Amino acid sequence: MNSSETQYDVVIVGGAAAGLTAALYSARRTLSTLVISKDIGGQASITSEIENYPGRGLVDGFELMDDFRKQSEKFGARIVIDEVTRVTPKSETSFEITTVSGTTYSAKGVILAFGLTPRDLGVPGEAQFKGRGVSTCVTCDGPLYKGKTVAVVGTGLPLVDGAELMIKIAAHVYAVEKKQKFVGEKAMIALVEAAPNVEKLFSSEVTEILGDQKVTGIRVKNSVSGEEKNIAVDGVFTELGYIAKTDCVKGVIELDGENHIVIDEKNATDVPGVFAAGDITSVSYKQVVVSAGEGAKAALSLYTYLQSKGVIARGVNIDWGIVKA
Amino acid sequence: MAEITLTDQNFEAEVLQSSTPVLVDFWASWCGPCKQLGPVLEEVAKEYEGKPVKIAKLNVDENSATAQKYGIQSIPSLLIFKGGQPVDQSLGFIPKPQLKAFIDKHL
Repeated sequence: MNSSETQYDVVIVGGAAAGLTAALYSARRTLSTLVISKDIGGQASITSEIENYPGRGLVDGFELMDDFRKQSEKFGARIVIDEVTRVTPKSETSFEITTVSGTTYSAKGVILAFGLTPRDLGVPGEAQFKGRGVSTCVTCDGPLYKGKTVAVVGTGLPLVDGAELMIKIAAHVYAVEKKQKFVGEKAMIALVEAAPNVEKLFSSEVTEILGDQKVTGIRVKNSVSGEEKNIAVDGVFTELGYIAKTDCVKGVIELDGENHIVIDEKNATDVPGVFAAGDITSVSYKQVVVSAGEGAKAALSLYTYLQSKGVIARGVNIDWGIVKA
Repeated sequence: MAEITLTDQNFEAEVLQSSTPVLVDFWASWCGPCKQLGPVLEEVAKEYEGKPVKIAKLNVDENSATAQKYGIQSIPSLLIFKGGQPVDQSLGFIPKPQLKAFIDKHL
């Protein structure tokens, strides 16, 4: 790989709503921009329907994210599918970014926008049977369980959403909720409550996933009575929400108690030259439109920062319609 | 070589009778990660032109008999077939470097 492929003004870690919008803004400021991401579109791209992104009506999540990608590439951003293992500051305008594939990139500034990761149950059998009856994606794998018996396990809104999808597909659904009752949107809860093929297990947690070659059942414990029982199921969908996996910047960037990256109102982290945006930050509301806005802010802030350090040419200022010589 | 589109009908001839290893992507149109993997697989298929491996896709929605036979319970699922038998499996979206490494193990 030659240096033009590894040296950039800006490296953006993460290729979903925040990262791709940051890439669009950065590229339009004529900064050489690289996005490094495990996938394109993150959580949004596995959402079958998004109907709260302004101006788009009802849109398939993958389609929306693919349009984000095309728009950033149109203005010159480059995207590589890879996973960042470490971001190392060398100075206030020099960073080294290493990846799983063994490539080292350098950048004058960095934007962290790598989103959240599905939370695991953390019980015996979960890792062993992943893909053989255990799934974290109802929209992907739900239709494979047509006419079968499944358990949707978790808590809060993700659990109710998952159960609502599965009652339309599976013959029988066990909804295993950690809390004493369903929590989430009232209309969605009413749909699940009214379904003839759902069995609700409240104050309950799965302690083990059972099986041989594939999943055959779950062991469930009621936290009030202490009673434990085995239930035969063909599949287990875990819907426990998401966690922040910030290992690639641990010890480098300030994180809050939940491992989210702490940023100020201009998306700056505590490390000069490193900005962050989207679900991985401490900002409220995990929404595509919020992440897109935050991504734009992070890119504009980084642009201003790099100009103040005198490490980029004063180029064309497209987004405000002002041309600065 | 471009990717091969598999069906319940041609699976035997294209995969089980193949003299070279075959990578099969089990996918469906409703699945986001499958759509993410699609273009990556296409690129790899072009790069691997001339190598002793076939790269193929099977839509599990339209070809449920084959999907059930191999116990596909999560998609995308990538299976490597050698000598008519599945010998390795990878689940979910994987980036290009990992996909290539997954194939290279079996060449």
